[in-house]
Amino acid sequence: METITKVNTIKDKLIAEFESSKGSLFGDLSIREQALEAFSKQGIPNRKSEEYKYVNMELALKGEFLFSSSKKLSAKQIESSQFLKDAIVVVIENGKFNSEHSKINSLPQGLQVFNISDAISNDAFKKHYSKYSDVNLDPFIALNTAMSIGGVFIHVAKSAVVETPIHIIHLTSVSENTFLNSRNLIVVDENAQATIVESYEIIDSKAKSFNNAVTEIIVEANAIVDHYKIQDERDFGHLVCTTQSIQKKKSVFTTHTFTLSGLLVRNNLNMVLDDEFIESHLNGLYLTNGSQVVDNHTLVDHRKPNCNSNQLYKGIIEEKSSATFNGKIYVRKDAQKTNAFQSNKNILLSDDGTINTKPQLEIYADDVKCSHGTSTGKLDEDKIFYLRARGLSEASAKKLLMHAFASEVVGTIKIEALREYVEAKISKRFE
Amino acid sequence: MLSIKNLHASIDGKEILRGINLEVKAGEIHAIMGPNGSGKSTLSSVLAGKEDYEITEGSVTFNGKDLLELSPEDRAREGVFLAFQYPVEIPGVSNINFLKTAINEIRAYKGQTPMEAKDFLAMVKEKQKLVELDGKLANRSVNEGFSGGEKKRNEIFQMAMLEPKLAILDETDSGLDIDALRIVAGGVNKLKSKDNATIVITHYQRLLDYIVPDVVHILYKGKIVKSGPKELALELEEKGYDFIKEEVGA
Repeated sequence: METITKVNTIKDKLIAEFESSKGSLFGDLSIREQALEAFSKQGIPNRKSEEYKYVNMELALKGEFLFSSSKKLSAKQIESSQFLKDAIVVVIENGKFNSEHSKINSLPQGLQVFNISDAISNDAFKKHYSKYSDVNLDPFIALNTAMSIGGVFIHVAKSAVVETPIHIIHLTSVSENTFLNSRNLIVVDENAQATIVESYEIIDSKAKSFNNAVTEIIVEANAIVDHYKIQDERDFGHLVCTTQSIQKKKSVFTTHTFTLSGLLVRNNLNMVLDDEFIESHLNGLYLTNGSQVVDNHTLVDHRKPNCNSNQLYKGIIEEKSSATFNGKIYVRKDAQKTNAFQSNKNILLSDDGTINTKPQLEIYADDVKCSHGTSTGKLDEDKIFYLRARGLSEASAKKLLMHAFASEVVGTIKIEALREYVEAKISKRFE
Repeated sequence: MLSIKNLHASIDGKEILRGINLEVKAGEIHAIMGPNGSGKSTLSSVLAGKEDYEITEGSVTFNGKDLLELSPEDRAREGVFLAFQYPVEIPGVSNINFLKTAINEIRAYKGQTPMEAKDFLAMVKEKQKLVELDGKLANRSVNEGFSGGEKKRNEIFQMAMLEPKLAILDETDSGLDIDALRIVAGGVNKLKSKDNATIVITHYQRLLDYIVPDVVHILYKGKIVKSGPKELALELEEKGYDFIKEEVGA
């Protein structure tokens, strides 16, 4: 009974916070109120909740939280997170768009970048905002929709090809326990192309932070979007990161999730394939150690015929950490000739680590090709011996093999500078 | 160079090597022949340091050092090289990068500075030619998608790069067609000098037409039952292994 009381406490606090701050939040209040209602029906998931049973959200949300932070980072501090030198930089500091540090003065033709709270009268914003992420599907989507304090709205106009990557830097730096809800909307119109990199870091933080971030991505007909999440909140960040995509005819959307660190990271990828001849790729790599918990949930919803989706998730689990991959593929009755593939491979380097992997295929069409594969093992002793027999120390042999394991996912990064950055991070990690 | 005395080794409690004695001097080529299950591969694995085997008796000294006390990497660094019967495929690890790491770790062990990049590349080029290994193969992941012959050639290429004092070729001829066999053997012969030694482990005499041994040993039920000049291999080929069985009365 005590548990239930505690859930109510967190939930009640969140609702009370909403009531007191709703007057100052951007956008349409009715959307927020509906979302809050959806949240109050669902509450904070506990360990009995099927979707959240491997992440202890009650523990993560225990205690008092502020819902924004006035702490400001210096230009120098922010610069250290700008690892893509030539990118269009958008800084989201403690959940809010930071215009001072964002580099959006001379944007390429067809690209518009707005502070999301200034975008509410934009037609594309009004057409798409909160139309696809379902507040009844997940309490964190509901909470974010009700309580979001800021973020960015990016619009790529019809036929515009934006070659420069757009780097959205999510920085958290707090002096008191803080619960942040940031919200991004990215609309890529017909025939347009864009590359989006979202990175998540904690800098100079002295208290607990819980970042509940939602990014919605609309990929219109024939558009191509390449999307990356680089999560590196070290061993103290709590991050729930939802990517909601919707794709139209003949579009290609590729999303990559690199979880390099973080105390608790939950990724929800909800992909909707809403027309024919769509391609969706989901690549993920997670490296966990210490007592980190990383949970990747994917939902690929094939609604129409003739689409392809492909998921490749790999993880290396060390020490007492735990990783979860839950991949749901939903093939609706109309979605004939669907090809949907999923692969999850893990290396477990300690006896105390945990891997939970669960493919869930729900297929209602009869002419489809779907497959899933999963494996969990240790590093291959024969390979280690082969390398040692050539003079490599056991440690270098293992390091080389871990790199090799990760390289299948790292190799899918199309931006060279980003690939080098991730490779360097991995090298450092296995030193 | 190598001195094996009364070596006994077992796996999962089953004794495979039952008292091997072997002396190999610099400049020599020794062939070890034997039927399936005689312990040929066990001997090569034990010498390279595979941990699956338990040494129950005997000793192995290599240039005055107790080889059995050394880790597999230290054996390699001291100059022992095993060309594997079944080289493993290692997707994602580039042949060249791994060899560079190997060479530099061996150099560090000897107190030498890392090799200059341009010297390394020149060496790669030269040694590639020696075993007629396509430059593309050298740059690919270790053995990934290589044919049987390419894997064996890659073993000899690695041997050429690492310049071992003692090379143990474990059934390097298995699965090779005659052209590949000639190339592999040619590579081994070119690498031979008065300072290094080679142990050729094989089931068939065929390879010994190309790599001519100084001594041939016949391994049977975990022991060397007969040693002789290169003609012994021909006799074995002619009469088959049954003649050994009769001779040793097994």
